[in-house]
Amino acid sequence: MSALTKVQFDRLGALLGCFAVAALIFLPFVIFKANRIVPGDPRAVLEALPLQPALMAIGAVSIAVLAATFFVSPYLRLGTALLGLIAVCLAVAAAGNSLTPAGSKVVRIAPGSGFWLLLCSLALMVTDAITRLRPGPLMRVLLLLAFAAVAMVSLAHGTFDHLSIMREYAVNAVRFAHELGQHLWLAVGSLGAALLVALPLGVLCHRIPRLRGGILGSLNLIQTIPAIALFGILMAPLAALAAAVPLAAALGIRGIGTAPALIALFLYSLLPVVANTVLGLQRVSPAAVEAARGMGMTRGQILATIELPLAVPVIVTGIRIVLVQNIGLVAIAALIGAGGLGTFIFQGIGQTAIDLVLLGALPIVALAFSAAVLLDALVESMDRTRP
Amino acid sequence: MIKLENLSKHYGAARVVDGVSMTIEPHTITVIVGTSGSGKSTLLRMINRLVEPTSGRVLIDGHDTAAEPAHLLRRRIGYAIQGHGLFPHRTVAENIATVPQLLHWEPKRIQARVRELLEVFQLEPDTYAHKFPHQLSGGQQQRVGVARALAAEPNVLLMDEPFGALDPIIRAKAQEDLLDLHRRYGTTIVLVTHDMDEAFRLGNRIAVMSQGRVLQYDRPAMLLTRPADPFVARMTGSADRALKLLSLTTAGEAAVPGSADGAPISASASLREALSELVWRGSESALIIDEQGKARGCLSVEAILAHGRSH
Repeated sequence: MSALTKVQFDRLGALLGCFAVAALIFLPFVIFKANRIVPGDPRAVLEALPLQPALMAIGAVSIAVLAATFFVSPYLRLGTALLGLIAVCLAVAAAGNSLTPAGSKVVRIAPGSGFWLLLCSLALMVTDAITRLRPGPLMRVLLLLAFAAVAMVSLAHGTFDHLSIMREYAVNAVRFAHELGQHLWLAVGSLGAALLVALPLGVLCHRIPRLRGGILGSLNLIQTIPAIALFGILMAPLAALAAAVPLAAALGIRGIGTAPALIALFLYSLLPVVANTVLGLQRVSPAAVEAARGMGMTRGQILATIELPLAVPVIVTGIRIVLVQNIGLVAIAALIGAGGLGTFIFQGIGQTAIDLVLLGALPIVALAFSAAVLLDALVESMDRTRP
Repeated sequence: MIKLENLSKHYGAARVVDGVSMTIEPHTITVIVGTSGSGKSTLLRMINRLVEPTSGRVLIDGHDTAAEPAHLLRRRIGYAIQGHGLFPHRTVAENIATVPQLLHWEPKRIQARVRELLEVFQLEPDTYAHKFPHQLSGGQQQRVGVARALAAEPNVLLMDEPFGALDPIIRAKAQEDLLDLHRRYGTTIVLVTHDMDEAFRLGNRIAVMSQGRVLQYDRPAMLLTRPADPFVARMTGSADRALKLLSLTTAGEAAVPGSADGAPISASASLREALSELVWRGSESALIIDEQGKARGCLSVEAILAHGRSH
């Protein structure tokens, strides 16, 4: 029990606590808007909720802040931060329910800056506490699945249905599913194609050091081209190709749309995978390769059974970089008509409907975060050579 | 039998190995010793064609090694290197099973062989078979490296500074173990080292190399008493060569009929150790007994000193 109540001042916890308290006191918890486009009225927690639930939410946040600032036990920190997180989410949902006039389809209740700051502070407290518990790769994946399941269940249950973002979702539900699918297909498809090219290229760079400078240099150059510029650069040649070759047009290759997006993302994906493949192969102990040769393995056997398996954790680290990067970059591909969740972002910007922007942006953040957690866990579980 | 015929390796103008001819008798330990850059490792690596000779031939039991694909040749020749070169992502058992697997042995036979080798190398199979190399001590890693080299029962074992990364105490133990192993399997061992003491301890024959050439290839005692070259004399060290010579003969081999008082000396001790013991005790002679405690004769300081004189 003494481990649970051990007290020590924690600077990170105090800083996050300050943010949370400041958010509660100074920033609007929700914004009340007469319709989806007009600027709204800020409401603090006490104004947005009946007294009892408001006090309960404030209490839960205060306990989390105290635990994060003064207590050492990671279990205590995790438990209180989770409770705070749940309380804040339920509070914003309840504010949506209570502020929306009965039957109104026009009034929008948007989470305010106070809510977002609270959410971030508490989420950081949760991740900090989880990090201190040093969970293994499998545990981290299970935790991610648990969070995802809770989020899915509450969304399906309609807990947040009166919030502005969910209102936008309700209007766009069919398109949302389609754009989400398109987003994932662009991010994963371009990665898959890049792997087919980048892995052999990485092996080649490793085997023939003279090629390394040139290949990595060219890929580096591609990486420096801004995404929007690369989409633009690809438009003209692809349009010309589609015009000149009927087969290309029949395959769906055009100046705008999926084709240039896939090609650009493919090009961006090459460098991290090639560079990490080279790095991973270089990391393999020369003594192990020498011994393998001395025992009569062929070059192919050495590559397949010694070098690549030892390099895989580093290669997957490269794949992780690419996947997280692609999930973000696909958002921009909406500009050239490739679809994806970016469509909502640009539409929202065009209509000054910030809720629509969030409908596109929040799932992208969640996808990127999940991809990072999953692939980090994969890297760690594969590296058998570390104690 | 391994026959090297006029073997050379040139890199551009550099003659790393220059016209080496020598015959390595079966079931012996041959040590190739030299300073760094003498070409000793290159010479060793030409035997299993990790380095392809510029000219000359290697014959193993009369067959030219160039006649078959290099990787098939290497599967028949054991190879152990400094720093062991174990595969870090494979268990001890998987490491040892490498060559038998390349040769498509039956899984049962592989398993039995792995267990046998682990026992020979004093690594309890149930404890160590499923460990990863990073979970072993340096000495244990080195033993697994040698076990792996011997897994497919090769007639020839090549060792490139196998004990170079070990501390002196573990190294002495590893050298003892290698001699035991040699007695048990009779494998022809060719070992490269820069350590002359190691060469004297292990070698039935020693080849001294410098600048790509073998200066002398002979029994250890001959290197001391008849150095073919000033460099050989320098390598063997003239200051304590009489004592080195004494260390090549055991008390049992030198004992003469007779008896003496005082504590007996073991027949397996070298003359160097016996002399040291007698000087320490201040006695003139001692009884020599073998492992069973049977008297093998006696040995006097005078008789030991006679062994230490050249010719």
